Amino acid sequence: MAQLETGGDQGNSKQKKMNARVDFTPMVDMIMLLVTFFMLCTTLLKPQTMEIAMPSDKEDLQDDQRSQVKESEAITVIIDENNAIYYFEGKPDEATLTPTAYGNDGIRKVLLAKNAEAMKHVEALKKEYSTKEVNEKTKAEYNEKLSDIRNGRKEVNGKKISTPTVIIKASDNASYKNLIDVLDEMQICNIGKYVIDNFTDFDQGMIDALKGGA
Amino acid sequence: MGRFKVKKQDMFIDMTPMSDVMVLLLTFFMLTATFVKDEPVKVNAPGSVSEIKIPEQNLLTITVNPDGKVFLGMDSPQNMEKLADKMKETGSLTLTAAELEQFKDVPMLGTSIDQVQQWLKLENRNEYLNKGEKAGIPCDSANDELKVWVGNARAALGEGEKMRIAIKADKATSYKVIKDVMNSLRSIDENRYNLITSLAGEDK
Repeated sequence: MAQLETGGDQGNSKQKKMNARVDFTPMVDMIMLLVTFFMLCTTLLKPQTMEIAMPSDKEDLQDDQRSQVKESEAITVIIDENNAIYYFEGKPDEATLTPTAYGNDGIRKVLLAKNAEAMKHVEALKKEYSTKEVNEKTKAEYNEKLSDIRNGRKEVNGKKISTPTVIIKASDNASYKNLIDVLDEMQICNIGKYVIDNFTDFDQGMIDALKGGA
Repeated sequence: MGRFKVKKQDMFIDMTPMSDVMVLLLTFFMLTATFVKDEPVKVNAPGSVSEIKIPEQNLLTITVNPDGKVFLGMDSPQNMEKLADKMKETGSLTLTAAELEQFKDVPMLGTSIDQVQQWLKLENRNEYLNKGEKAGIPCDSANDELKVWVGNARAALGEGEKMRIAIKADKATSYKVIKDVMNSLRSIDENRYNLITSLAGEDK
């Protein structure tokens, strides 16, 4: 293809047959580079996103539509300035605030322990679907079952599995990164029920008391 | 080294098929590449494990920089135009034809509504967003213009999937501002939105 015959055979028989083959190596090098560039650009620069649905603040909600959280299932995570994070379980006025940390050994351990039952089901679900063929249908099925477990709708022996509800409260001085980190933990720990609530003076008081006591 | 006996071979490898394939690949990647849009305000989004991709079309992005200033952008000039038309219809902002032309191509808005026309006249519009004293859409409870913009955009583009809202804030942005933005969205009944994050970099 890239061989060009210069037609030396005809006509002037004295002219030496020229090898007009063009060396494509530098071109291939260049294109290779460009391909690499575009490959990296397309895959890495796509931003990720997390979807979030906030509760409506409409006043006309019926009482039974308002979600009541069972005391034993509630856990409140408080985010404060300088990457401080605290949590307590159950009712605020009875519970003790515990300081913790971000990441594997901190809040995640607490949440995983709290969500142990659902995690067990998620593991089982993953196992079940790891052998199945991946297509649109199984994917949708998987997602639906996962969401059932996460939101505590799955029933075992006629009884709904218990999943915690996490209440996230961030103080004004907390950074956006902290909030995203905590929301991330919800994903990792397969917690489907969480709300972002307003940080109140009472919460600040609890933090102050803890700091003063320590 | 055997050179005396063996006839010198032509060691020229034909690169043509390879370059053919490469050009094909290159074309493919060039066509599918979605380039990062020109963003006057740069933010460093926090990392997350979430793997949902952001929708590409009909996206309204609310950008919050580390200082807590709020900016707003639409994904295409067509949508910007629709937004401007709606703003005119509802009487919030009336632009002349010349101003509209400029408004369409603005990648990001970031002034209070009464400043928009003045801001469009500026030469260094994008610079102003970063440095100007009055940059940022007011979004506190006293003066909430963000909800006017978003409300109009929603009215212009339609409900549900027709327009998605994404919040893109910097790692260091104070939660106070995010709360204001969320409250503002809540007040106009926009309860579903996306938070833009980058790929997880930390412990997974």
